[in-house]
Amino acid sequence: MRNSFILILIVAFGIMLYGLFDAFSGNEQLSELAKYYAQKENIEKVQAANLVTAVVVTYRGLDTLGEVTILFLTAAIIGFFLHNKEEKRFLRENSEIFITAAKLLIPIIILLGVYIFINGHLTPGGGFQGGAVIASAVILMILAFPEREFNSKFFTYLESASGTIFVLLAALGAIIGSGFLDNAIVPMGTFGKLVSAGVIPIIYSFVGLKVGSELSNILGNFKAVQSDN
Amino acid sequence: MEYVSLTIGFLVILAGLWAIMTKKNIIRIIIGFVLFDTGIHIVMVALAYVKGKAAPILDSTVSIDDAVNSIVDPIPQALVLTAIVIGLGVTALMLAYAVKLHKEKGNLDIKSFKELKW
Repeated sequence: MRNSFILILIVAFGIMLYGLFDAFSGNEQLSELAKYYAQKENIEKVQAANLVTAVVVTYRGLDTLGEVTILFLTAAIIGFFLHNKEEKRFLRENSEIFITAAKLLIPIIILLGVYIFINGHLTPGGGFQGGAVIASAVILMILAFPEREFNSKFFTYLESASGTIFVLLAALGAIIGSGFLDNAIVPMGTFGKLVSAGVIPIIYSFVGLKVGSELSNILGNFKAVQSDN
Repeated sequence: MEYVSLTIGFLVILAGLWAIMTKKNIIRIIIGFVLFDTGIHIVMVALAYVKGKAAPILDSTVSIDDAVNSIVDPIPQALVLTAIVIGLGVTALMLAYAVKLHKEKGNLDIKSFKELKW
């Protein structure tokens, strides 16, 4: 009885989605807003080779600010929710191969994360992706060395400092530039090189640090509530 | 090409819905939510596709002069980037609640949580 209800619901949902599928005919050209973003003079004004980054950090940078705020709220709620004294746990010792590989890989993974968020305005990538890669290095660290204490204070300070610098840089655009998150407050550099797009790589680097430390803090909180039973 | 990703996206959405409604373990329900989320992201990126165009990253193959006629729509891709991060936050919160619920009852079966049932 219950199963047939679920089946009917899923089939109805599928029929609804099929209607969307049937009505979709593919795009022949860009939408008007995307055309505006892809115009030569607007690209030269923002100077980011990766247009997605231009949209995320400059045109719709306020959304990104809201987004990192939501991530901060998530980290804060989880920290409040899972606050717990770390229990003494009896862990099997990690194998030699895993520990050696982790020691070798952790710096390389962090380096890759930094590379991804510094080159966010040139290649696919950016602050959020680079931050997630850094957090994956942190989870490897937690797995490989579970007896070491997780220094959540460091990550909290790093996160607050990055968030503050992001907001200050954005506000600086409103004071000496033409508006909030204006990217022309520092020299623009040459198009397609690492030093280009004005303030975008700086902001994206701090977004990367912020996201990486927030995710690491969440992982640390999850580690703290683990217990043996 | 866009039809392939659109179909896959819709199928992933349906798989997520099925997992949310039929599974008993809370972790599997959360995986269902993540599948639903991912399916919607795939659909949004598929909707941004413009026939025969390249990714919106300008380099030697996609020139700055002819960008309007050679790239796909960057705006839905930026929206999906936002949506992925929000989805990550929501998933982390759900997992935190799952940890708390497991501490409360000692198991993760949805049938043992009857307090909010009506």
